[in-house]
Formats: sequence, C-alpha cells, structure tokens
Amino acid sequence: MKISTNWLKEYVAIDIPATDLADKLTMAGLEVEGISERFQYLDSVVVGKIIKVEPHPNADKLRLCEVSIGNRTVPVVCGAPNAKAGMNVPCALPGTALPGGLEVKKSTIRGATSEGMLCSEAELELGPDKSGLMVLSEKLTEGIALNIALNLSDTVLEIGLTPNRPDCLSFIGIAREVSTIVNQPTRKPEIKLPETSGQIDDFTSVTIKSPTLCPRYAARLITDITVAPSPFWLKDRLYSIGLKPINNIVDITNFVMLELGQPLHAFDFDQLSENRIIVQTANHNQLFETLDGKERRLTDETLMICDGEKPVAVAGVMGGVNSEIKENTTRVLLESAYFNPISIRKTSKHLALNTDASHRFERGLDPEGTVTALNRAAQLIAEIGNGRLVDGLIDEYPLPSSVSSILLSIAKTNKHLGTDLNQSEIAEFLRSVEFNVEIKDEDTLSVLPPSFRVDVSRPEDLMEEVARLWGYNNIKTTFPKTSGMTNLPNQSIKIKSKIKDMMAGYGFSESITYSFIGKDACDRLNLPENDERRRMLDILNPISEDLSVMRTSLIPGLLETMHRNLSHQIKNLKIFELGKTFISNGQDRQPTETEMLAGLWTGSRVNMTWHEKLVACDFHDLKGVLEDLFRSMGMEDISFSKMPDASCRYTKAGHTAQILFNGNFFGLIGEVSPMVLNNFNIKQPAFIFEINVNAFISNLKESKMFVPIPKFPFTDRDITLIVDNHVQAGDIIAKVKTFEEKLMEDICILDVYSGNPIPAGKKSISLRIVYRSFTETLSDQQVNLVHQQLTDRIIQKFNATLPV
Amino acid sequence: MENRIEQIKTEAIEALAKAADTEEIKSLSVKYLGRKGLVTLFLRNISQLPAEERPEAGKQANITKKELETAFEKAIQRFEERAGEDADESIDVSLPGRTSPRGTLHPITHITRSICSIFSRMGFDIAEGPEVETDYYNFEALNIPKNHPARDMQDTFYVSDNIVLRTHTSPIQVHIMEQNAPPIRIVAPGKVYRCDSDLTHTPMFNQVEGLLVDEQVSFGDLKGVLEAFVHEIFDEQISLRFRPSFFPFTEPSAEVDILCVMCRGKGCKVCSNTGWLEVLGCGMVHPAVFENVGYDTRRYSGFAFGMGVERLAMLKYGINDLRMFFESDYRFLRQF
Repeated sequence: MKISTNWLKEYVAIDIPATDLADKLTMAGLEVEGISERFQYLDSVVVGKIIKVEPHPNADKLRLCEVSIGNRTVPVVCGAPNAKAGMNVPCALPGTALPGGLEVKKSTIRGATSEGMLCSEAELELGPDKSGLMVLSEKLTEGIALNIALNLSDTVLEIGLTPNRPDCLSFIGIAREVSTIVNQPTRKPEIKLPETSGQIDDFTSVTIKSPTLCPRYAARLITDITVAPSPFWLKDRLYSIGLKPINNIVDITNFVMLELGQPLHAFDFDQLSENRIIVQTANHNQLFETLDGKERRLTDETLMICDGEKPVAVAGVMGGVNSEIKENTTRVLLESAYFNPISIRKTSKHLALNTDASHRFERGLDPEGTVTALNRAAQLIAEIGNGRLVDGLIDEYPLPSSVSSILLSIAKTNKHLGTDLNQSEIAEFLRSVEFNVEIKDEDTLSVLPPSFRVDVSRPEDLMEEVARLWGYNNIKTTFPKTSGMTNLPNQSIKIKSKIKDMMAGYGFSESITYSFIGKDACDRLNLPENDERRRMLDILNPISEDLSVMRTSLIPGLLETMHRNLSHQIKNLKIFELGKTFISNGQDRQPTETEMLAGLWTGSRVNMTWHEKLVACDFHDLKGVLEDLFRSMGMEDISFSKMPDASCRYTKAGHTAQILFNGNFFGLIGEVSPMVLNNFNIKQPAFIFEINVNAFISNLKESKMFVPIPKFPFTDRDITLIVDNHVQAGDIIAKVKTFEEKLMEDICILDVYSGNPIPAGKKSISLRIVYRSFTETLSDQQVNLVHQQLTDRIIQKFNATLPV
Repeated sequence: MENRIEQIKTEAIEALAKAADTEEIKSLSVKYLGRKGLVTLFLRNISQLPAEERPEAGKQANITKKELETAFEKAIQRFEERAGEDADESIDVSLPGRTSPRGTLHPITHITRSICSIFSRMGFDIAEGPEVETDYYNFEALNIPKNHPARDMQDTFYVSDNIVLRTHTSPIQVHIMEQNAPPIRIVAPGKVYRCDSDLTHTPMFNQVEGLLVDEQVSFGDLKGVLEAFVHEIFDEQISLRFRPSFFPFTEPSAEVDILCVMCRGKGCKVCSNTGWLEVLGCGMVHPAVFENVGYDTRRYSGFAFGMGVERLAMLKYGINDLRMFFESDYRFLRQF
C-alpha cells in the first residue's frame, strides 16, 4: 500500500525524517518495501522565462516561443493562449514523463522545432487550472527544477502489509502505528454532518436476508447532488498515491476508504427499483454485469446487493453497471457495510476479481467503523457535491460483533519471550496501541483489544504485540536448554548424500531439473500404453503446458538438459540427477513418490588431451561407473543382464541391460534409442542409467565383515573358449561362480574377439582363473586337475570349443 | 702380481674419470669386467701363479672387481641423473597431467549441506517428507484454514481440491510432531513449489525448515540459535536484525535480515536500497499448531524457522540469476 507522508501528516504529527520513519515502521512489523519521491518527475521540469513569442507560420493556434532555461534558450512550440514574453512558466525538458503518462520529446511540430513543453498546472498535477500555462513567480531563478523552486516534496512509502493487519489498510491505521513510534496522538478527521432534510425511512429501506454473510449494513441518502470533477485538494490526495480521479462521488468513496479503511459504495438511487436494498445470495448461474463491463456468472453462494427486483452490486467486490453513478445522477444511496470475510474471499476467488474493497473485506474490517465512514463520506458528498443530506441513517446490524477480554499472565509472557518486563511496562505497551488494559492481579492483565484489531484473540497475540513494541532486537539472545535430540533414523539421507558424492567422484555433475514436465514426455520416451509411468499427476494450474504434470521418470529431464547443452556447443556431458518421481494414484490421492538416480553420459570418454585420441564413451564406460558404485556401497548381489527384447523402448534393443538385485529389477542401463534421441532433437549417441534409490537403500547391508588376507601364493591359468555369439560373458562368469569351486579365488575376462579366424556366428572369450588355497601352497598338479575339471564343465555348459 | 691388479684398477679409475658419457663407461666396463676384460682375464690366469700367491691375488682381484663394478654403476647413475638437464632428454613438465576430472555437486546441494551440518552440530536431526501433500498438512494443520487470506502468501499448485504440491517444507514438522513426543529438534530440507515464475521466482525452489520443541523454549532462544547459524553460514562479524512479521503458524513471527553482503548496508540494487537482506523467516510455534498435533501447550513451547536455499546460494556464490539453478547449463554446474 502506498502512503504519502504529506497526507499521513493530516492524522499524526511526524517530526522525524521519512527514512527514519520507514525504518521504524519496518521494525514495528509494517515492512516498508520502497521509498520514493512523489515529485521526482519535476526534476526535469524547470523554470523557464519566455523571451519571445511569435506566430507559428503553419498553424493558427500554435505559437513559437523562445524560452530561457538559465544557461541557454530553447525553442518551444506552444498552444496556450496566455503565453507572453517575460512570463515565468514551467518548461518540461525532453525525457520528462508527465504524470498523465505523456513523455516529452524533442520534436518538430508542423515544421517548427520544439525542445520542450510549456505546462499548465493541471498537466503537472499541481493545480486545477488547465486553461493556460501555469504562471510562476517572477522571482524564481530560470533553469532550476520546479520541485526545488516551489519547494515541493512528498515522500511516498510502499508498505507491504502482512495479512494479519487489515487495520493498517488505511491512512488512519498507519497513523495509529506511527503515533506509538513518534509518541504523538492521532488526529481523527472531524465529522460534522451538514443540515439535513426529510427522513431516510420515508425514502428507502434495507433488508438483510443473509445475516451471517452480512452482519451489518448501513446506508445514507444524499439528494440534489451535482456529479462533477473533484476539487483539486481531493484530486491531489489521490494523485499522491498514484490514483486517477474519476468524479467527485467516486473519488470521495475512494478517499474515505483510504482514509478510514472502510470500503463504501455509491448507488444511483433513481436506478434502484422500488428504491430499496435487499441483501441476499444470487441465483445459481445468474449473470451480472459489473462496473468493469464484464458479464459475471454468479453462484448461489455469491452475496449480492439487490434492489426491489434485481442485483445491483456484488457485495464487497464490485458494483453493477445498472446502478452506476453517472453525470446526471442527482440522488445517491451510500452503502457502508460489514460482510463476512470468508464469503467475500470465496466470491472474489470465484470471479477472479480482486478489488481494493474485496482485499479489505476478506481480511476483516473494523465492525464498529461502519457508521463513522458512512458519515464521513456523506459529509463530503454533501459538501463537495452540493447535495442535501437526508436526515437519519439506516443501520441494520443483525449480528453485532463482540470482542472479549483476554487474560494475560506477565510471568508466561516473559517466559515465552525471554524478557524481564514488569506488569506496568506490559500494560503501557498494550495501551499505546489502544488496547483497554485492566490489572486483574499481580500476574494477570485483562486486555480488551480495540474492535479494529481483528487479529488478536489469544494471549500469544498479545505477547506478539508486547515483543513488537518492546523491540525484537531488545530481547536478549539465549540458547535453548536441551533435554535431548529427536533421534530420527537418517540412513536414507546419508546414503543419498554418499551416492551424490560418489557420482561426482566418477566425474558426473549434479543437475536439478523441475519436478514437473510436459504431458508429452511419455510419448517422447516411447513408453507403451500400459506403462506405469503413464500414470502422471496433473497440475490443475500449471505455469505452462511443458510444466503441467509431475515427472514419472528422470530421463526426460536429462535428455532436455543434454539438448540444451548441445545448443551451447557442449558435446561432452556427464550428468546425474537424484530426485523423486511421482506415479499417480488418482488426482484425489497422494502419488507414490520414489527417489530415483539417473545419469547420462554422452560425447567422449575423456576430455580432449595431448595424451590420447578422443574416444567416444560407450555402454561399458557407464556400466563401469555403476559397478564401482555398487561395489563401493557393499552391494554384492547385483547383476546386469540383457534386457528382454523391447521391454524398454527408450533404449536401443540389444544395447540395454537390466540391473537386478537378488533377481529383482531395480534399474536399467543402455544406449538411448535413435527414435527417442530424435524426439528430443538430439543428434549424437547418449548412454543413460536409472536406479530406484529406495530399493537401493533398503537392500544395503548394515556393515562389512573383514576377510582374512591369504598367506599362500596364488596360481593362475588362462583359457580361451569359442562360443556362440549370443553367449554373454557375464553368464559364463555367473555360471562358474555357481560351481562353488573352493580353490578358485577369482575369474576375469581377458579378451573377447570375433572375426577371422573365428568362424562366423562365434566369438572367442579368454578367461583368467586364479586359484589359491587358504591352507597350503598349491602344486601344479593340484591346480591342473581343478582347472581341467572346471573348464570341462564350462565347455559342456556353453557348448564351447577350444581354439585349434 | 699384486701390483698388476693395482695397476689395472688405477688405470680403470683414471679412464672412468675421463669418460664423457654412459656409452664410454659401458665400453670401459666391457674392457675391464667383460668376458674378455682385464680383470676377468687376471682372475682366469690366477691358476698360473705360484701356489702360495694364489689366495692373496684371488682375494685382491675379487675386491678390485667389486670396487670397479660399483664405480662403473655409480658413474652411470651420475650420468643418468644429469641426463635430464639436457633438453633432448628432458620432458615438458608444463604439459597437463592425465586426470579423470571430478564431477560437481549442485550449488543447492552444497548450501543445503552447509545449512544442515550447522544445525546438526546444534543437535538437530534431518527429516524429509512427501513433496505432494494433502491440504491438511500443507495448510490446515499449520493454522492456515481454507479461505484465509494467508493462503495468498503462497501461490499454490493444485492437483485437486485436497492435494497440493507442498508450498513449504513446514508440513514435515507436522508429520514429525504427530509421530514423536517432545523434545523435537529437526531441520527439514527439500523442494517446494509455488505457482510463480518470473525474474525473481522459479516455480520450484528449495527450503530448509527447522523446528525445536521443548519445555521452556523462549523467543530469546530462537534468536540465539538463528544468530549462531547466520554467523556461521555468513561470517562472525555480520550484523543481523529480527523484525516483526507474520506467518500463520508462528507467533510472534519474525524475519531475519542481514546487513547487505554486497554494499554493507549502504544501499544497493541487491538489497533494494534498504541496506538489509531478508534471509530467514521464523517465530514461536503458534499454539493452534500444537493443538493440532496434540501437544500440551501449557507444558511445551517451541520455535520454527525456514529459509530459501537459492537465496543463500545466490548470496554466497554471487549468482545473480535465479533461473540458472534449474537450467542445468553445464558451464554453470561445472563451477561448483
């Protein structure tokens, strides 16, 4: 909310600089988010002396002026009738943004150069006169800025109010806070109702049919008014906080709302059927045209102000076109009401219509401020609009508000805050913000909050007031006396952290992408129709189409990342992400959240160096990372095996492995399929993996056991086998391990080869088998025997032959 | 005959001293110690000496052989050690070494860890929770009823009327309190979501939220813990202030500002000319929250706090564009 300090000074004397005031308001909980100078636009409007006035050769109504602006003279084309030589006038130089929105530029007007604009007071929002140039005192020095010349200054504070302080949504509300800061009383506007005539009850009536939605409705009637532009002082107030004046009646209702915080509405009384008001909810699906010219569809929950036959305003939100104040309006029915905050909020949300009025109503008004504001506005309308106030007011108040006293313990307050304040200090703080305080006993105060403090209902609310007024920074810093920790299990957090460290160790950089992706992600990944990952959770109000569902896989994010980086000429990429995927269980239930780890490697195996040639990374580069990760984490029962054909459609068939833990699927690794690469607009191979981290964590072993270091030497034997191409080396290793040969310590693959002289459809696999005994040094004979038996079994099992 | 072997030795040592390179030493080695070398021949011919001279001559010849072997070896070593001084023989030490470069962790991960580790040392456990929450845990339990204007403080992504993307990590405190009796000390890091996207807002960002519940916890304690935290994560000297604010789930509520790290309070673009930067929101847990989880408000009190990780990361690393965090530009990621 914008607060002009000049206007604010109407209600409280302020003798400190505006910046100090801003700091103090911030420290009192009313955060000043910005400070500006209202008349800054006058920096480039200078005092100019007209030296010469000549007729414009090409336009009858324009004249050419030569204007001295101190250090030089400038030509200005001017249309004002009162321009004459020797006159001091405001001259807006090029670059000036006038309050009306016009920007002054150097220009050529009908063939004549103009390097500025001579202004009327209305154009500068400094006065009402727009008939001619603003005439300045001859004593002013040419060339100095107008704000300095005329001593114009008004600091405007932009205050960011928290939702708990609707009482501060007005100048008087801010003045109340300032009054405790500067220790000066507030000056409430004096309301003197003018002479009245007639009796309101003879003209109109108010019927409230929904008292819970409208606990109070007050109205006054003013007749014989003249709708006209507002007087300058009123316009000036609105200008000062950046509002545009409309006409006297509308301006007054806005002014009083800003002054006292109570939204008001003025109806053209002659447009109200039967000249009466009924407050009731709308018919479902009823249409209604609001003041902004839009047709609104109402619900049976929408509270409406109606006349004898139709709705005339959406209560607390916006009036209707059908009862709007027009130039020819002569009788005004003025409304000041208290509406149910929740009801107004629902309506405002439903209509997507947030107005100054609804903003205040939904936060909670002072239920006792209704009539004061009504009288203040009625007085101003009668005065300014030259109207006659009809005697009496209607004040329907079916559900009077009640404020109850709160008991506040001094000891508890001090204990809660960590302060050492005594009873009278606390009582004084509360009284300074208009709370009614009675001393109950030594420890207890009975506190009655003022009606406008709708946020205060508990002792803690009072403690907050005490803390705020004493000053948070005056509260001594202490450290909590601890009685223990929570002792939550944090295994999963630790492991996730370790996985990240290890991935970074393998050269992968962590990326974090949005948890929401586009709906088309599943199609782009070629997921089959029945894939679980097609169960995506929709966001009802997404930022954009491509962020409209919760991700069910981390792969699209990695591929997007790759695509973006390729466009930055980054072709070698090693990235990973550890984050959640979300499988929908229906929109009304929480999804299944699974922590996943995914990685992507594309481009070269190592960075370009002088040591060796660039080699493209491949499946086994990435697989090695995973193998080491699993080994380091102590997961031994992991196996990689060929993915059953076509069970993963976003990786290339025959280039994909499933990762099994004790035979259960918990991830995959493979080369991204060309079609998917194409879907992501990627033109180079990429290798990816994904692992279910939840499964990973739940399968980790708690601790490691030491294995004794062997005392006897090993002996190794190599063997080369020729097998069918479809035989996977890993299957041979796995099979050999099942033989459980006690003397075999290790088996590894030395070489895999196909091509001449190996027959087509076959390949050779060379193995090295390490033998060792824990109890003796093995003799060659012993080893030969075991090796022979072992290799015979392999040959038989895999239908292998020995090389010729 | 002793003289003869002495003579060979002296000759060999003299020749060695004159040797210009390892090649020459090697040929000297052949000349004296080779199969037909002078020392070898001498040894071979010992049998022709008178019987009484043989043992002594043999002994001397063997000693000389050992001595010369050592001398040649040392001479070769000396040459080899100095060989690098010669440009032809030296290597270019300025060429980069063979590395396998480490990857990097995301700045958010770094800062989240720093935050959690500071609180861990103050006895806080780390807790996590679901990112898609029910309205109850995200709002109601935290004293933010439906149709309350406080809901406007957080633009919410809705999945349905009752299911939302969590707008803060505060629901975790409710889960923890429902499952554990006081005392409670937790920090809860995680992703949060708000329906807002512009220069200074991303629809997803990260928070760390903290909660301490015990008997006799005061606002002064809140100040103590957070002051210690701010001093550790920024620096010991930094000024900070507590300023009244509003959160529905705490009362009194406060914002913690630090003196602008860019301008040291003079006022600059980063701090919107206020000289201060907002880094934390906090407050004493609202009694309504305790009532919702069944804690005895007469016995227990507590405080909660929350901070945006991106904001701290931006200040710590001098990152000026929030959106960089989630664009995964490799040139950005590789810097941390």
